[in-house]
Amino acid sequence: MAKITLQDLRHSYRGNPRNDDDWALKRLTLEWRDGGAYALLGPSGCGKTTLLNIISGLIRPSEGRILFDGIDVTDATPELRNIAQVFQFPVVYDTLTVYDNLAFPLRNRGVGEAEVDRIVRQIAAMLDLESTLTQRASGLSADGKQKISLGRGLVRSDVNVIMFDEPLTVIDPHLKWQLRSKLKELHHRIGRTMIYVTHDQTEALTFADEVTVMKDGMIVQTGTPVDLFERPRHVFVGHFIGSPGMNVLRCEVKGGKALVAGQPVESVNAGRYRGAGAGLQLGVRPEFVKFASDGIAVDVVKVADAGRHRIVETRLGDEVVNMLQPEDEAVPQGRAHLRFDPAHTQIYEDGWIVD
Amino acid sequence: MRKTANQKAWFFVLPVVSLVAFNAIVPLMTVVNYSVQETFGDNVFFWAGVQWFEQVLRSDRFHAALLRQLMFTGTILAIEIPLGLVIALAMPRKGPWVSVCLVLMALPLLIPWNVVGAMWNILALPDIGLLGYGVNALGFEYNYTRQPGSAWATVIVMDVWHWTSLVVLLCYAGLMSIPDAYYQAAKVDGARPWAVFRYIQLPKLKRVLTIAILLRFMDSFMVYTEAVVLTGGGPGNSTTFLSIDLVKIALGQFDLGPAAAMSIVYFLIVLTMSWIFYTLMMRNEEI
Amino acid sequence: MTLELRKVTRRVGANVHIHETSLTLEEGSFNILLGATLSGKTTLIQLMAGLERPTTGEIWFRGKNVTGVPVQRRNVSVVYQQFINYPHLSVYENIASPLRVAGMGASEIESRVGKVAELLRLQPMLKRRPGELSGGQQQRTAIARSLVKDCDAIFLDEPLANLDYKLREEMRDELPKLFAGRRCVVVYATTEPSEALLFGGCTATLHQGGVTQFGPTSDIYRRPSDLNSARVFSDPPINVAEIVKQGDRILLGADIVWPTPGRVRNIPDGNYTVGLRPHHITVAPTRPGLAEIEGVVLVAELSGSESVVHFNVNGLTWVSQSQGIHALEVGSRVRFHADLDRIFFFDVDSRRIA
Repeated sequence: MAKITLQDLRHSYRGNPRNDDDWALKRLTLEWRDGGAYALLGPSGCGKTTLLNIISGLIRPSEGRILFDGIDVTDATPELRNIAQVFQFPVVYDTLTVYDNLAFPLRNRGVGEAEVDRIVRQIAAMLDLESTLTQRASGLSADGKQKISLGRGLVRSDVNVIMFDEPLTVIDPHLKWQLRSKLKELHHRIGRTMIYVTHDQTEALTFADEVTVMKDGMIVQTGTPVDLFERPRHVFVGHFIGSPGMNVLRCEVKGGKALVAGQPVESVNAGRYRGAGAGLQLGVRPEFVKFASDGIAVDVVKVADAGRHRIVETRLGDEVVNMLQPEDEAVPQGRAHLRFDPAHTQIYEDGWIVD
Repeated sequence: MRKTANQKAWFFVLPVVSLVAFNAIVPLMTVVNYSVQETFGDNVFFWAGVQWFEQVLRSDRFHAALLRQLMFTGTILAIEIPLGLVIALAMPRKGPWVSVCLVLMALPLLIPWNVVGAMWNILALPDIGLLGYGVNALGFEYNYTRQPGSAWATVIVMDVWHWTSLVVLLCYAGLMSIPDAYYQAAKVDGARPWAVFRYIQLPKLKRVLTIAILLRFMDSFMVYTEAVVLTGGGPGNSTTFLSIDLVKIALGQFDLGPAAAMSIVYFLIVLTMSWIFYTLMMRNEEI
Repeated sequence: MTLELRKVTRRVGANVHIHETSLTLEEGSFNILLGATLSGKTTLIQLMAGLERPTTGEIWFRGKNVTGVPVQRRNVSVVYQQFINYPHLSVYENIASPLRVAGMGASEIESRVGKVAELLRLQPMLKRRPGELSGGQQQRTAIARSLVKDCDAIFLDEPLANLDYKLREEMRDELPKLFAGRRCVVVYATTEPSEALLFGGCTATLHQGGVTQFGPTSDIYRRPSDLNSARVFSDPPINVAEIVKQGDRILLGADIVWPTPGRVRNIPDGNYTVGLRPHHITVAPTRPGLAEIEGVVLVAELSGSESVVHFNVNGLTWVSQSQGIHALEVGSRVRFHADLDRIFFFDVDSRRIA
């Protein structure tokens, strides 16, 4: 187990990068504590896979260093780093039984058979694989195979970190819930550092204690799921996390007060704004918008049933304001008035939150 | 999948069916016809029953040729399959050398069989051939036209040179289709190269290897042109394989009946052996 | 004017892929096939499209028996999970390909491709090849190709499964708009209940090769006819428990007693199965008068705005989904609040009775 430090990492797949676009990773520094559950979240092409490969040692970064417990491993081979990895598509040794698959990393390291047996049975029990131990791994379903991949990482006590590369891609929704809560439970029980790479906000937020959101090779924000949800530092985080994402509306700030479509709106940080008022936006999540008897006048244009709540799409001029309405509450038709929760309404300048 | 009610597709198969009929079925039936009759030419036939089959199966000459054939096929399989696998494993996976290697590997396959025979015939001549002269200069007594040992070695080396490439290319294609994630997982699991080979590459190559063994088995069991051009079956009968013997009986001695019976026995042996190979290799196959 | 399956089955060897199924899909409707992997969605689509032939039964389209008419001779299009385009053709040519096959005039092709490209926001990349596009754009190209000709039916087999989460969200919003106003039958297969809900339309729930229920989507969601339909249409999975009804009480195991909700007061006493969706069991009461259930916390998944808590009651794992963040200690005993007005009652044959 180890603390992982990424120092001023930069990476380019081109020989001599000239402009910003040539960098797949644009200088990032990050620290992951020992034993934590972390997630790297971002859309495809944001650099998260590059970062993952740098950590596991498959790519050497163009610049910067990686430290495990303060020791520089930038040039260490993947074998030396002791990292376990669960891939998007299950990787199992087809000809071996489930038992032999789990025993494989131990036997490769010359662990005695009695010890192998003890550990394999213990891990199999944790993963609910006991009943399949004597079966061939190739005959298992996708979620069973993913458990084996994970199990091969868990059997070793010398693993520094377990990395997950979109591990639930090929799993059905029902089993996703099971496997995800299993992961969370395992992390709680064995307390090993885990890094989860995904484009799926639900997976990232439910799994990790701390999520790093990436875009275009940069870290946009690192924080707890609640931080990212309630105080997104950039409108991209507001949009990318949450379903539907944060409403982002044009606004002005005059004398410390925010105005949306000419109407005053209370916010957390308008008072702190000192600039001239160009490129300002107001962000508020659908969860923090309510119907009210007065307030911002909008037109209700669409109501979508999402089961436990309804997603109401309203229009404010040419802009869309989404809101969530609980299952049993009525949705007004036509003209309506909205109120934004002042504690969760923020002002952004050029995309970044006003501080 | 069940076939649809639309029967028009048969129309498109018709040309191939007729081609196969002229190519394979008609000649085969002719052979069957010959194998059970006695003829002295002039289209005069007498019923011979299984007489020719008995004669062939009891003849020492057939036994000897079959034994030589089995030894030849066994030897070249034992060399070409592992060698092809090793070369495929050693070939680069990416970079400019990939195409260079592939072209080099494909070259022997592009040369006509009789040319291969002729090339090695000249190359191995003990007096003027580079190879023959070189081997003698190294102190080995070597003359493939006189010593059976030399002839055997030359035929086998020639076949290996000619056909290992096929195994290499098949294995290489199989290796390239293994996703990178498997190698990464193996590294993480601390697997040594042997374990990577044993538990990842070999299982994933199983189908490809089955095809390679089958192809090489069938081809080598019917080897003719190269061997005839190189040694003519000699010295003596030392490299007279089944196909060469067959031609000698049929065209050399014009014993059409025994030759036809032998052809059928030969055909059945190839068919049975291929089937046994295939079933054995696919026995534990899971989808 | 419909697509109709009449007592269709599909068997391959000894395996039954589709049990006897009858379905009627209206023209201009959006129909969702909802079920887990291998529940028969793809087979059903292949049967409807004419890619496979039913073992027994008939398929009718617009009043004509089309059983056994192969896909080439039906005017349908299919979009798959994998992004299937012609790699050597430009996006424009990809979209135009069905029209070229149909022998349409150049000016007509241009106007049609232009219209569809605009709808799917593909105009800037019309000259590029599929390989140069992002996954979302590739799939939009495939969808554009299926929309460009006037099909009688469009089949989409988990078309969004390989896309990024956010992209999927966008496409979910766009797709129904694309099909609005068309006369064709749209059939959309998915494994995700949330996707079915957002699309609305009609839903058929599939379980092990059989359609368990078919009807308007929100009806099926709120009034599942049986336990399997309820299971298929719940994400997170619905909580299921065996109970005994005794007059005005219902007993879950030995120690949990709930009052019998008014709407099932009149059913006979005895054994039933109940189903309760996770968002109807919450950490904080959402309104007064909820029943209580105590359990030991197994895992708490906090997503930033809501908490999904897995807890153990009498050896059964229950799932609760609440608004807000409730950081519950693993292993602690917590009291949850269950909304019994939302609980489903199933009889011994798993049919829903209330």
